[in-house]
Amino acid sequence: MNNLIQRLQNRFPISAVHQQRPDLAFCCVDTKQAVALITHLRDYEKFSHLVFLTAVDYIEQGFFQLTYLLHNYTRHCDLGLRVRLDREQATMESIHHLWEQAATYQRELKEMFGIDFPGSPRVDESFILEGWDNIPPMRRDFDTKKYSEETYFPRPGRQTNDPENYMKAKLYPEGDA
Amino acid sequence: MPKIQDILKLANDGLPEHEREYFCDARPAPYRPLAKYVEKFMNWARANSLWLLGFGTGCGAIELRPLMTARYDMYRYGIAPRPTPRQSSVFIIGGYASVKTTKRIIRSYEQMQAPKFVIALGSCPINGGMYWDSYNTINRIDHYIPVDIYIAGCMPRPESLIAGFEKLKQLIKDGKADGANQYIENLEWYKANQKKIIKDWNMPDYNW
Repeated sequence: MNNLIQRLQNRFPISAVHQQRPDLAFCCVDTKQAVALITHLRDYEKFSHLVFLTAVDYIEQGFFQLTYLLHNYTRHCDLGLRVRLDREQATMESIHHLWEQAATYQRELKEMFGIDFPGSPRVDESFILEGWDNIPPMRRDFDTKKYSEETYFPRPGRQTNDPENYMKAKLYPEGDA
Repeated sequence: MPKIQDILKLANDGLPEHEREYFCDARPAPYRPLAKYVEKFMNWARANSLWLLGFGTGCGAIELRPLMTARYDMYRYGIAPRPTPRQSSVFIIGGYASVKTTKRIIRSYEQMQAPKFVIALGSCPINGGMYWDSYNTINRIDHYIPVDIYIAGCMPRPESLIAGFEKLKQLIKDGKADGANQYIENLEWYKANQKKIIKDWNMPDYNW
């Protein structure tokens, strides 16, 4: 794994390398270099399997972080690539030409986060949310509780308890023992 | 002066203009009970021949498998699954219903022939359960289709399902399970609720 990171660092500007396990490492890569690096990993380093492609919304810092997790079947190790996208103009190059199934991930990311992947097949069609007309629901500025209460006829009478106090009162009714 | 038949027709606004002629635009009519003892006999027969729609709409559908197989064996109660809504009389809402599923639930429910009965299984169709604040899961299924029996729990065991079926049978025998008529009589209210959440309404207003 260390050799691999060394080799990659000679070719690509990768940063923040974090070796989580002997067979799992993460590194950050520049947005413009990401697809080139993924292609290199797939074609020369035998990372033939795209495990997943997900996004995290870092609303405080104002960016989305995409994670591409790739798996190498010969050495059985995983490499995660982290890419930061500007939250205001969230556009990323598509990788559906490398793995066809990436188009589905990208379609989902378009719908759930509003991250655009121009050229990806059917990326503009709705995937799970048919006819959604609000901001993408996985963005953290979307208030899911408020939306649910306005839309889905909540049944009155729902009560919530603070689990800590509730269990304390139930188990130790005499007070702190 | 428009004819009364035209007023009673469904608008089918969701369909494109050229497709409207392919779909029925008649309003469904409520079922009128037969003479007293005949209807009683019919209800007895209906109660003892319940056909489930084999449509697992949520995680609760997993409870239907032990119900069907040897351990709990629902066939001894006169209940059997059926693969098409046209031939089934009981619809089990098996747990949470997302908006996308709710659209299919409505389609299937309307395609079932009356008399038809709905069992809401688990806490999610009752009040949203653990998904009560989700952006994509409805809270109360009874705002979209009428429900005869609720079986609470997360998940209810097959025993409680059997108890629910026994309750449903009693309701049918007493002639109180008239959800299909309620649906038709309050069609505007149900349709307004359904169209509030299903924003890409691209099917007829009543799926005959």
